[in-house]
Amino acid sequence: MTNASVLLRDGKIAAVGTSVDAPADALVIDGAGKYVTPGIIDVHSHIGDYPAPGVDANSDGNEATNPVTANVWAEHSVWPQDPQFPRALAGGVTTMQILPGSANLIGGRSVVLKVVPSRTVQGMKFPGAKYGLKMACGENPKRVYQTRGPSTRMGNVAGYRAAWIQAESYRRRWDTWNATHKGDPPARDLGLETLAEVLRGNILVHNHCYRADEMVQMIDIAKEFGYQIRAFHHTVEGYKIADILKANNIGAAEWADWGGFKMEANDSVKANLAITDALGARAMIHSDSALGAQRLNQEVAKAMYAGRAAGINITEDQAIKWLTINPAWALALDDRIGSIEVGKNADVVLWSGNPFSVYTRAEKVWIDGAMMFDRSDPTEKWRTDFELGNVKEGN
Amino acid sequence: MRAVLMALAILLVVAAPSRSQTIAITNAKIYPVSGPPIAKGTVLIRDGAIAAVGEQVPIPGGAQTIDASGKVVTPGLINSLTAIGVIEIGQVRDTNDAAARGTNNVAAAFRIWEGLNPSSSLFAPTRNEGVTTVIITPRGGLISGQAAAIDLGTGQVADVLRRGPVAMIAQMSNSTAAGTNARGELIGKLRALLDDVKYYLSHRGDYDRAQTRSLGATNTDLESLIPVVEGRLPLVIDADSVAEIDSALALARDYKLKIMISGAAEGWLIADRLAAAHVPVLTGAMNNIPGSFDTLNQRQENAALLRKAGVPVALVGNGDGDESHFNARNIKYEAGNAVAYGMSYDDAMRAVTLTPAELFGLSDKVGSLQSGRDANVVVWSGDPFEFSTQVEHVFIKGREIKEKSRQDMLTDRYKPGARR
Repeated sequence: MTNASVLLRDGKIAAVGTSVDAPADALVIDGAGKYVTPGIIDVHSHIGDYPAPGVDANSDGNEATNPVTANVWAEHSVWPQDPQFPRALAGGVTTMQILPGSANLIGGRSVVLKVVPSRTVQGMKFPGAKYGLKMACGENPKRVYQTRGPSTRMGNVAGYRAAWIQAESYRRRWDTWNATHKGDPPARDLGLETLAEVLRGNILVHNHCYRADEMVQMIDIAKEFGYQIRAFHHTVEGYKIADILKANNIGAAEWADWGGFKMEANDSVKANLAITDALGARAMIHSDSALGAQRLNQEVAKAMYAGRAAGINITEDQAIKWLTINPAWALALDDRIGSIEVGKNADVVLWSGNPFSVYTRAEKVWIDGAMMFDRSDPTEKWRTDFELGNVKEGN
Repeated sequence: MRAVLMALAILLVVAAPSRSQTIAITNAKIYPVSGPPIAKGTVLIRDGAIAAVGEQVPIPGGAQTIDASGKVVTPGLINSLTAIGVIEIGQVRDTNDAAARGTNNVAAAFRIWEGLNPSSSLFAPTRNEGVTTVIITPRGGLISGQAAAIDLGTGQVADVLRRGPVAMIAQMSNSTAAGTNARGELIGKLRALLDDVKYYLSHRGDYDRAQTRSLGATNTDLESLIPVVEGRLPLVIDADSVAEIDSALALARDYKLKIMISGAAEGWLIADRLAAAHVPVLTGAMNNIPGSFDTLNQRQENAALLRKAGVPVALVGNGDGDESHFNARNIKYEAGNAVAYGMSYDDAMRAVTLTPAELFGLSDKVGSLQSGRDANVVVWSGDPFEFSTQVEHVFIKGREIKEKSRQDMLTDRYKPGARR
């Protein structure tokens, strides 16, 4: 839409269109020559779990003590004073999923946060958002556990299957007891409880996986145990199997151009998102980086134009979905965020220009209708406790 | 045999003209960098060099003409801090040749280009995005070794090596990597090393007769550091905090070294002193994370503020996206982001072309479009810093190189409509 208005009221989008009647007492912001998009959603972040500065004392993202740690929850590691949060917000990010790291086959529960200042992680949690389960393929687990195992990809697969066999038995015991309440309840096991919730469809699987062939192995395992993979993350070879991802209704969270840092990232191509989308799979950008999170619009621009250079005509409207509604779907929050529609949460970004230009910056960011970032007003800037007296003001 | 010889002869005949070809790129917006932009002009390339640049350039008969109406022509971009050809895949040990073992954390004799792989699959994608020259830089230790300038052309090491060494690399921001336990100890070790080099220089005869005092480095390392203490070879010192940069400036002053600072996360806080000491900085414009206690005041305006203070700035990648090798191609976006965070467009262009050429002693050959320079030239579909822009032609020493990267090949294999 051009020359249009968005009305935010009581935390929701109240109206959008070329003729919007604003109430007399509304705060009016002239966006002439500027762009408005939904708030950006980053489905892959470790902010808070791997905060800045990166010191051992705060390195809380990988419980690398066992290849299966379904019992840990990322939210128990999040440090709300991580200075990386306000920086992501200044890049237009309004919602992010914080995941455990990828050292483990099964790394634990993720948490979905709103990028808002709070003394506690509880104050940042997205109300009602489903939890995710982090799983990881390939090189990382077999490197971390090479002396005790798994040390091979087949060892990895045996590890997932062993965990799901236990989980299935646990789910059955509990489901039976819940139905009958006969005798003592089975003993609780935190890890199996999380896995059982995956089997019941209440927790979404987010699976770190680079290689095409390995993703298909993971799809086989999901079928064997009757769970659904919500999205593959990194998905460096998503372009090779986008048809299979589409057929299995699995999202693909990808970088624009990261690659080459390890063998399984060696087939990275810049047209990955474009090909994945063009072949019908649900493509989305993700950062896995506190720097990348600040420029997801730029990452999408790279990927969109790389697609066009390869002859795949990705429109701006398509590419915007990689930043917004598609990641919202991956978090099962697409009924509440990810698009500017009446009734949805008023998570909105005002950009200085076209968000696919290198010169454009987010000017203002609203979350639930509250202006959380305003580049023109440094006095209102969110500064974490850590930054006070450590980082100079104005920075 | 005859057939083979015939084939060779044909190859030679075909290959030869490309070297002596005359090419006129006409009607282009030209950034010579050494002078003001030309709204509409011609770049004439002959025998591998730039023959003329200007609004009115007579085009010799027989010249191949590229009509660049609406396009932009710049010198090939220079990325000053890379590991192209010395790191292929970060986590595959056997493809890593950027960090020497050294002796006592000193690897001054390490000549990084001697392990260069000119067949690296990263040459093509980097070149295809407009980078024609890179500095390959050793890493690790206290003294990491000697950097070299290479062109992203084709052939053997001798074909692509522009010059080595162009700098000696050292670091002050990691005392552990230097084999020490405290920053002051690191700096003391560096001073002792430079003292040893000076002593060695005036006692070479005694050294050969084993009549010198004990020295803290091997003779090959000491030899390699002589051009540094004589101020002939720049010493690039990785330093981030104000205190580290301050120590580097003191060292340069005391030993009369020609230094540059790389990293310089907090450079903007000491910009006036860097400017007064005429010390250039290699830094980026895309990092604002207080990632360590050395970089608490890191900000994206750093490069622009340094420039404003009069410090020569070469832009380099300083993020976490493998900007030293796989994404060395992204130096143009570093420049675009520098503009978004306060640097003038012309300064940003200079910071990825002529400034690095000057810093590494290459500006008589690359970094600008002037008559007599090597024809490392790029034709862009639009603003080189914008995502929407595509590279249309890349010339290295006057030869256009159009070679698909393996990324292009993979894309062709799997894109919609392709036969898999």
